Amino acid sequence: MCTTCGCGTGELTIDGKAHEHGHEHGHGHGHSHGHSHGHGHGHGHDHDHGPAHSHAAGIPEARAVAIERDILAKNDQEANANRRDFSQRGIFALNLVSSPGSGKTTLLVETIRRLGADFPIAVIEGDQQTSRDAERIRATGAKAVQVNTGKGCHLDAHMVRHALEKLAPASDAVLMIENVGNLVCPAAFDLGEAHKVVVLSVTEGEDKPLKYPDMFAAADLMVLNKCDLLPHLAFDADLAEANARRVNPSISILRVSATTGAGFEAWLQWIRGGAREARRRRASRAKVTPCGGACACAEDAARA
Amino acid sequence: MHEMSIAESVLGIVEESARREGLARVREVRLEIGRLAAVETEALRFCFDAVVRGSVAEGAVLAIDETPGAAWCFGCSATVPIAMRGDFCPRCGGGQLQVTDGTGMRVKDLLGI
Repeated sequence: MCTTCGCGTGELTIDGKAHEHGHEHGHGHGHSHGHSHGHGHGHGHDHDHGPAHSHAAGIPEARAVAIERDILAKNDQEANANRRDFSQRGIFALNLVSSPGSGKTTLLVETIRRLGADFPIAVIEGDQQTSRDAERIRATGAKAVQVNTGKGCHLDAHMVRHALEKLAPASDAVLMIENVGNLVCPAAFDLGEAHKVVVLSVTEGEDKPLKYPDMFAAADLMVLNKCDLLPHLAFDADLAEANARRVNPSISILRVSATTGAGFEAWLQWIRGGAREARRRRASRAKVTPCGGACACAEDAARA
Repeated sequence: MHEMSIAESVLGIVEESARREGLARVREVRLEIGRLAAVETEALRFCFDAVVRGSVAEGAVLAIDETPGAAWCFGCSATVPIAMRGDFCPRCGGGQLQVTDGTGMRVKDLLGI
């Protein structure tokens, strides 16, 4: 695996094609052994460097270097670049996260079927293996790119950036990024989306928000899916909502069924609202900036 | 296991810093990880040891300073300490808490020659 960008050479594929970009980030293998002389800062560990330790003059002392950098700074930079692209092109991007089997793909298929006439919709599908989900999306007529993460447990901003090059979503599109089914890891990785949407299905437990709080804390909206099954289950939907609000007091919640369409209109309205706002901002920036909304100055103008 | 990605990101920062500072070898790397940062520190140590093999930081000690979690309690209108997300307020017992601190992950400094 590439240790600089973490892109998993030989494992990561985008629509079945290996993801490569000439790994020229030198890994600086400078093994200069035989120069240790116990810097004594009390960690109780002994590095055995082979040759007898010499204390000859001229051998440099270990020195401390202040770094002070966010560990995920590189991911966040790429996420911000994605976000800027979305903003400049009026794209409303959602990052759908959940455990496997919550019904994300069925939710997407139904969303595209009902919303596809109003907005161009493009989808990035993330899974460890197979292109089954992208094929399901393409069958609706929407554009889709499949990212296979190999052994990776989440999508990161870098993968999304490459997927976007291939997907080329239309301006003013709704972009749905279906993350790898995993309620833990995707919480930490910003992809540049407008919102994380966590999908919880009623065939899971009401306590999922408490067991996996980071994901529910990171999401702006929880979609409680498969609500058509509630009469057959002991699942307490009110308790599930209360648990979600306990880890995230500001989370919005919608109850839907992707198979019967119950509650679906509220979900579609939520997307329409976000998409119209993204489009409106793009259009108003195009008017006020000399570049017509095509470069970073538009972003600065929007912030001002 | 996003700890593997995090370990790789740490190594990326360490390698870049070592190049910039002209360090031939990195002996110790110190991180600051919030207790609410969704990182299992033991898993991170394991991954770090694996990813630094063959790098300028091979065999480096990973020191982790854990920073405490804090949240704003809507009931108390005050910042209170919490050990994990979903905790109740230690003062009023309320459940309306917005996390305000303890989610960061930083490379603080390193020791090298």
